[in-house]
Amino acid sequence: MTNLLEVDNLGKRFGGFIALENISLSVPAGQRVGLIGPNGSGKSTLVNCICGTLRNEQGTVRFDGRVLDGSTAHQRTRRGVARSFQLPRPFVSLNLLDNIRIPLIYTVAARAGAHRHAREIEGRCTDLLNEVGLHHKARHLPRELTQVEMRKLELARAMAAEPKLLIADEAMAGLTHSEIEDILVLLVRLNEQGVTIILIEHIMRAVMSFSQRLVVLVSGRKIADGQPDEVMRDPEVERAYLGQ
Amino acid sequence: MRSDLFFIICLLIGGAVFAAAVALNNDYYFFAGYVVLQYVVLSTAWNILGGYCGYVNFGTAAFFALGAYTTVAIYKLYPLPIPLLLVAGGAVSVIVGFGMGYLTLRLRGAFFAIATLALAVVLQTLIVNWDFVGGSRGAYIVRPEAIAPFGNYVRYLFMVMLVLAAAAVTIARLIERSRLGYGFATIRDDELAAEASGVPTLRLKLIATTISGGLMGMAGAPFPYYIGYLQPSSTFGFDYAVNSIAMPLIGGTTSWVGPVIGAILLASLQQIATVTISSAVNLLIVGILLVVFVIVAPNGIIGLVHTYLQRKPDDFVGRRPVKTDAPGAPP
Amino acid sequence: MIFSFDLLINAVISGILIGGFYAAVTCGVSLSFGILDIVNIAHPAFIILGSYVAYIFNISFGLDPILAAIIATPAFYVLGAGIYQVYYVSFEKRGQESLRGLAFFFGLLFITEVTLVLYFGVDYRYVEARYIGPTWHFGFVDIPMRLLVPCVVSLLLIAVLQLVLTRTFVGRAIMAVAQDQLALQLMAVDPIRIKRIAFGISIATASLAGAFLIIIQPVEPSVGREYIGRVFAICVLGGMGSLPGTVIAAMLIGIVESMTSTFYGPSWAPAVSFGFLLLTLAVRPAGLLGR
Repeated sequence: MTNLLEVDNLGKRFGGFIALENISLSVPAGQRVGLIGPNGSGKSTLVNCICGTLRNEQGTVRFDGRVLDGSTAHQRTRRGVARSFQLPRPFVSLNLLDNIRIPLIYTVAARAGAHRHAREIEGRCTDLLNEVGLHHKARHLPRELTQVEMRKLELARAMAAEPKLLIADEAMAGLTHSEIEDILVLLVRLNEQGVTIILIEHIMRAVMSFSQRLVVLVSGRKIADGQPDEVMRDPEVERAYLGQ
Repeated sequence: MRSDLFFIICLLIGGAVFAAAVALNNDYYFFAGYVVLQYVVLSTAWNILGGYCGYVNFGTAAFFALGAYTTVAIYKLYPLPIPLLLVAGGAVSVIVGFGMGYLTLRLRGAFFAIATLALAVVLQTLIVNWDFVGGSRGAYIVRPEAIAPFGNYVRYLFMVMLVLAAAAVTIARLIERSRLGYGFATIRDDELAAEASGVPTLRLKLIATTISGGLMGMAGAPFPYYIGYLQPSSTFGFDYAVNSIAMPLIGGTTSWVGPVIGAILLASLQQIATVTISSAVNLLIVGILLVVFVIVAPNGIIGLVHTYLQRKPDDFVGRRPVKTDAPGAPP
Repeated sequence: MIFSFDLLINAVISGILIGGFYAAVTCGVSLSFGILDIVNIAHPAFIILGSYVAYIFNISFGLDPILAAIIATPAFYVLGAGIYQVYYVSFEKRGQESLRGLAFFFGLLFITEVTLVLYFGVDYRYVEARYIGPTWHFGFVDIPMRLLVPCVVSLLLIAVLQLVLTRTFVGRAIMAVAQDQLALQLMAVDPIRIKRIAFGISIATASLAGAFLIIIQPVEPSVGREYIGRVFAICVLGGMGSLPGTVIAAMLIGIVESMTSTFYGPSWAPAVSFGFLLLTLAVRPAGLLGR
């Protein structure tokens, strides 16, 4: 069975600084992957390279059987890769409903054969906001949201693109216990509907309970990849990550 | 309100203005009014790329001049009627706009802005060295005496510009309310996030640049007939750049109303000022108004009005119903 | 086109000399745009302002223009610091630099130029100094003093600036603020103050560049316009914040402009730098020595 996502020997440098080196990762469809690592280890850079926001100099990224290198970010989103940004980047002049509407009209409706009525799209926007608990602020502007609410909006916007692979970049930072639970339930439900999820998080409890597989990045290199329990017992992981 | 109805209403208003000017029986109103309408087109066109997408174009003069000099070149070969000249001027501007956009729109907005400055100068240098259109000596266009049923040719030009202004404003409004308008807004707000959401930013920016440039070229096409003597230094003058930027920024960039208000106010002000004070002072006033407004009232007159009426100043794209059930994929 | 070896050599030499001057013109923008990421397209207007200040000192007191510029430098610094403060409060803080910040500087450019026209008129102004007339002759090689002196002083200015940026604390803080504002704050240095200083220095260089300009050629208010493209072309070509890169790019453009002017005629010269700019942006936006 071919994997949904295949990252092959990926490398990325910024001038003299090597951000990522020799990253290889294969993710089968439907898996729940946790991606952890200290700050600055390259997690977000990896996401940017997979999603097309940055160009990697070495290696290839294959998604759903096709090579992604050379295609732009919006093309990759249309192919089915969606991500939420670690620092939320909402569309500040649009209200929440319209923020959600954008991926719906530019990604979902743009996929060959898709055809959505206005009411359907409107309904979908409202549903998504409901799922993340932002329905009461549907017509507000992003500047009126709290940090936590902005993270939820980020996640909802990524979900709106109806991806095959969703990469959630630290979507839970700053959330309360029960809010984290809500997001986890949401993500698991998504996963049950067939969406492959890569969760990047620092909240270990969430990562451990969610992930079927754990990948550890340190200083731009992958140092562990496997069952969450085994990975956490790996002395190198302990030393590099937990020991700090 | 549907766009064709809007266009018709604009034409009717324009017709009323025209009739009023005829009643006043002073050709000065047609001469001055032509300039005001020209700036309505230029500032509306500028705003499509600048206000909606957030990409500043300093080279309004370049596109304007492309339209004007296309007319001159055609005139030397075989004088065509104005509507065809509009098409020709628009076509040339569209092609150049597309070409330039293709080269520079992948870069940051700041680089694009600087590139537009460069384009204006390069174009001016080319024209100055091209003797066929008069070079630095300039080109003379003989304005026909009269044309039925307007009689006076200037009245005809005024009407042409009226129709063009109505069209420009209708196009801007149409964009605002369409899927395209949403896409433009995301480019302005956060291009990276827009791409990640599936918005084809380069394609949309190219669309904005070509529509904007094309309209500017069309505004320039009748100009040689209006002015009679075309000179590169004045055609490529900075006044076009300053005005087409100041008018939308002062009027308000978030809707088609802003550039119209800005153009009518500022252009009329300048027409009056040129007669009473010197033209240098009147340009100074525009510059000062631009800086003051940009610092103090970033949302322009529209923003001020909204704040005064104590409504939320969000005349933004997205507050209006959008027809998304049109078949087929968005642009 | 009459090609002769003497003509070529002289064109190259004056290109190099003018290139040195262009470097001084551009170093301010290398600071404000290359390092601070502020698109100050009004910089040429401040240079012209510097020219007129030098002119006034020269006419009224018979002061050497370069000396006059040095005296005026503190005032230009204060002007720059003030402008940055307005820019920061109005735009950077609100996150609106791209559209409104650009429009702001464009407005400043315009206001400065028109005010100069209203005050001084459109006549060309020039200064008098002992080194403006004479030319050194070495065989067929001509080295006009009015080009040599500004070139030498320009390169001196760049050298001083480079020393400041690399050896002093303030200078290194300026380079740091471009890369990592947060880190700077953690070192208890106010990044806004550093940027204000940097922008002040940027405008201060305009005072000197203006003096050089009016030594090289007569000046009238709209002369600044042809420098907008030149300055950004050199800045981009030179790799944005790099001062050595700026010098190399400036000389390159100086030489190409000079040869174009000599062999094809001066009316084509403005297109050279702007054309270079378009080409660079299209092909290699990182510049020759880009980071």
